[in-house]
Amino acid sequence: MLENNSTLQLEVAELMVNSLNLDTTAAEIDLDAPLYGDGLGLDSIDILEVALVISKRYGLQLKADSEDNHRIFSSLRNLTDYVAIHKTK
Amino acid sequence: MRTLPLVTHTSLSETVAWRKGMAISVEKFLADAECLATLLPAGRHMLNICRDRYHFTVGLAAAIISNKISLLPPTHTPEMVRQLQAFSADVFCLHDNGDCDIALPRLRYPAAMPEHSLECNAANVTIPQIDAQQLVAVVFTSGSTGAPIPHSKSWGPLVQNVQAQAERLGLMNGGHYSIVGTIPPQHMYGFESTVLLPLQSGHALSSAQPFYPADICSALETVPSPRILVSTPLHLRLLLEAELKLPELALVLSATAPLSTPLAHKVEANCKVPLLEIYGSTETGQIATRRTTQAVEWQLLPDVRLMQHGERIWAEGGHVETPVPLNDIIETVGHEHFLLHGRTQDLVNIAGKRSSLDNLNHHLNSVDGVIDGAFFMPDEVSHDHVTRLSACVVAPGLTASTLLAALRLRIDPVFLPRPLLFVESLPRNSTGKLPRDALQKLIAGQIGQDIGKADLKNIT
Repeated sequence: MLENNSTLQLEVAELMVNSLNLDTTAAEIDLDAPLYGDGLGLDSIDILEVALVISKRYGLQLKADSEDNHRIFSSLRNLTDYVAIHKTK
Repeated sequence: MRTLPLVTHTSLSETVAWRKGMAISVEKFLADAECLATLLPAGRHMLNICRDRYHFTVGLAAAIISNKISLLPPTHTPEMVRQLQAFSADVFCLHDNGDCDIALPRLRYPAAMPEHSLECNAANVTIPQIDAQQLVAVVFTSGSTGAPIPHSKSWGPLVQNVQAQAERLGLMNGGHYSIVGTIPPQHMYGFESTVLLPLQSGHALSSAQPFYPADICSALETVPSPRILVSTPLHLRLLLEAELKLPELALVLSATAPLSTPLAHKVEANCKVPLLEIYGSTETGQIATRRTTQAVEWQLLPDVRLMQHGERIWAEGGHVETPVPLNDIIETVGHEHFLLHGRTQDLVNIAGKRSSLDNLNHHLNSVDGVIDGAFFMPDEVSHDHVTRLSACVVAPGLTASTLLAALRLRIDPVFLPRPLLFVESLPRNSTGKLPRDALQKLIAGQIGQDIGKADLKNIT
């Protein structure tokens, strides 16, 4: 059910680029590169900002104590998959 | 010898912590600390990086009763760990994280201890008395030449400080508060307000280290009222923006950066409680408070005074053992109050992580292949939003990703430059100095040339 998320992937990438003023374009973000650390270079402050924008846009709440949390932000693909499953709007 | 108790709770059955919905009594806490103390390696210095605030606190207590010193550095990069080893060759690391890769002898917080500790100590649990002069912690600031600067904290002044804070906050009224913090216990503010404050004013800490707004709500919901939220401008702004329903609170604290007055009003209206800001530093501990919606002036804690020596303002008196120069631009108002007019230019504070431009420049210029480089701190647009650093670098043989990876080993990721601009040379003047406005102009020019990156003009 997650095979065709490309529109949503680009939308989520654009939310990230815009909310964080990233020095890249949405289309340039590698789908499978880590968002943290050596990949896109986000840190925990960025993750908080992105999580807020995503929770408001898609009507979902992220929680750090869910075991998924680390995986969710491991790549744009995983983040988008999570949004696709849990979004309420 | 003057001694002070490890905890000021008057009965062993009182609650000192809440962990995953369970109350932890003073008796259980002391038993856990005794048990952990028997497991600690021989070294005198301990880097305590436990994420669970209860584990951290048990680690701290175990170290104190074993006459060991807890080291609290501002970051845990490989370079900082090397510096800690240079400071104390016998340092070991206490952690509670399966994938901890700190390059020191490590002890993992034992998962099984909580079930057994009471049995191994049931006969003789008493509240330990600690020598007021005992050195219990060394807190580090980043310094300006790569080597962190140690600040020694002994038990007596730490206790005096948080008890003065408890009095100021009105927490010595017989109530039994639950304290939830959004900042780590390793940060000086978190160390004081979420660990020492509950231990030394008879209250209970929450073990949680909530991250997202929904986590903050859950952490508050799982502890009983009256509740205190110890937080930062960043977390408070995100919490309000998330529009979640918060449980009833008794008090909100904020520190690490000045809170804007509009956000302070929003927090008070939304939470229906007073919001108090705390002013302090790693060197001084906390020295003043203000209720932001009612006053711009900060009120010093009793017995703490500010004195002008040369161009700097120094804090002294009360728990401040020897006079300490402050890193902020301060205007005193009478003997008890002052106004804060920002930081001295070299100091950098991003979401409570502190460094200096000198220190960051030192690390940048230590990377192989960097011929010249300088960080730049843009003017802050808003205190409630995090302002990031930029950097210009002359490094013809390096790529951005190689350079960032090298920096990541040396400095905390919050200080990594955005953007990192590669230039042919820096606009140094004839004496080799780099004027801030020349650097600012260079960065503005570079960003302007970067076609298609219009968003960067709005860097905040």
